[in-house]
Amino acid sequence: MSAMLDLSLRLLAWLVLAPLVPGVINKVKAWVAGRQGPPVLQLYFDLARLWRKGVVVSTLASPGFVIAPAVAWVAVVGAALLLPLAGAGAPASFDGDVLLLVYLLALARFCTAWGAMETGSAFEGMGAAREVSYAVLAEVGIITAVLTLVVQSGSISLATMFAPLPGPSSALLAVGLFIILLAENCRVPFDDPNTHLELTMIHEVMVLDHSGPPLAMILHGASVKLMLFAVLLAQAVLPLSELPLPASMGVLALAVLLTTVAVGLVESLTARLAFRRVPLLLTIGFLFCLFPLLLTWMGDI
Amino acid sequence: MNDYLNLLIGLAMGLNLLALGTSRLPVLIRAVGAQGVLLGLVPLVLEAHELDWRLVLITLATVAGKGFLIPGLLHRAMRTANIARELEPYIAYIPSLLLGAGATIAAVALARHLPLLPEHAGTLHVPGAIALILTGFILLIGRTKAISQVCGYLILENGIYLAGLLLIRSTPILVEFGILLDVTVGIFVIGIIVDRIQRAFDSLDTRKLTALHE
Repeated sequence: MSAMLDLSLRLLAWLVLAPLVPGVINKVKAWVAGRQGPPVLQLYFDLARLWRKGVVVSTLASPGFVIAPAVAWVAVVGAALLLPLAGAGAPASFDGDVLLLVYLLALARFCTAWGAMETGSAFEGMGAAREVSYAVLAEVGIITAVLTLVVQSGSISLATMFAPLPGPSSALLAVGLFIILLAENCRVPFDDPNTHLELTMIHEVMVLDHSGPPLAMILHGASVKLMLFAVLLAQAVLPLSELPLPASMGVLALAVLLTTVAVGLVESLTARLAFRRVPLLLTIGFLFCLFPLLLTWMGDI
Repeated sequence: MNDYLNLLIGLAMGLNLLALGTSRLPVLIRAVGAQGVLLGLVPLVLEAHELDWRLVLITLATVAGKGFLIPGLLHRAMRTANIARELEPYIAYIPSLLLGAGATIAAVALARHLPLLPEHAGTLHVPGAIALILTGFILLIGRTKAISQVCGYLILENGIYLAGLLLIRSTPILVEFGILLDVTVGIFVIGIIVDRIQRAFDSLDTRKLTALHE
């Protein structure tokens, strides 16, 4: 019974807290630009509004148009549930669950791209193609970061693999994971969440034809994914499992908040990269994740 | 002591990758200069337990030469030649970055199998020197503008200097001074040559130097 309670509490925390993250990012951006900005809770209002609205479905679209966002949403939330939360551990853990996490994220992306192409619009196909080509490069970085964590801790289960080494390898991994966080969540140097200029949209193109509850699922899923990456980054870098439970949760929340603010600052202070320069930045992110592996390997001598 | 040494050399190895990944010549020149400053500090860290005035002097001279004088000369050459970017390298930036990372990993792997003295075994000293030399080679081979090639040469020289520091107790300091002077004069001459190439061909593309003219 207590396992069920634990699981529901975690689910509730992920579902309820996640929309705060984009709200904080927008507040930071507004603050840097000297504006009032939308309230931090704006995404909750948007989600509530979208949930009450009807769905407009193209006559061309198959049921996949509505199913795909739902599958993507469930996949992202499932991936988030696999992640241990600092001292509280993971609700379910088995050897190799980290691969399940990576593949659930890939499944979510596949479904978003699928849903985007359902309406038969060439424009959405272009967005999906761009998103997937970025993802291919970002995935190399994720796999390398996971490999680094696995080698550092000697464990292939999420519950025990966050055992960061203090020093330069954690610093490098933090930078690498942050670059990957920006790429995976379509944040500024890679994609601009606010743009609605046809030629430059990537993620926004893919959700253009969605409306009502499916759009709400996509938006909420994106916020859960952002929080998932922030939690992953914090745990990969900070030795949270050594702290007592309440303190570690506090530090984790603080680290997630800091990451969020950093995303907001990056978004305010840098411009988008030109398309042809994106692979270079992702390669740099990959190298930032690769060198901790080298350091770990050198430490084994 | 080894921690500081590894930090200095690790940062220098990071600057290698910056030098390989950037298309802007000012960034490249600054990376080489910063690398010179970091490596100039290495003798101080190596001999921290017995400091004397000669060591401090050579550190100051190396830092001033590698970190400020040579990059300053290169900046001037770049301004007179009026170029700021390397646009068409033989080896593009992503492949050169990956090559550089591969070279770094190969250097670490190679150094593990070399019969090193115990005081050098646990540090980045030998792998760092090999990685710097290989990065210098990649830049020399892969770039077409004369100034980037000079930067490649300087990184190569930094690697040789770092390898030379393994023998710090047995090399006379005079030799180091001589090398530093040679490099400075070399860069000075290259600055003049860059200017001449620019005047003769209206570009710094070394590919144009392979064609014969009347």
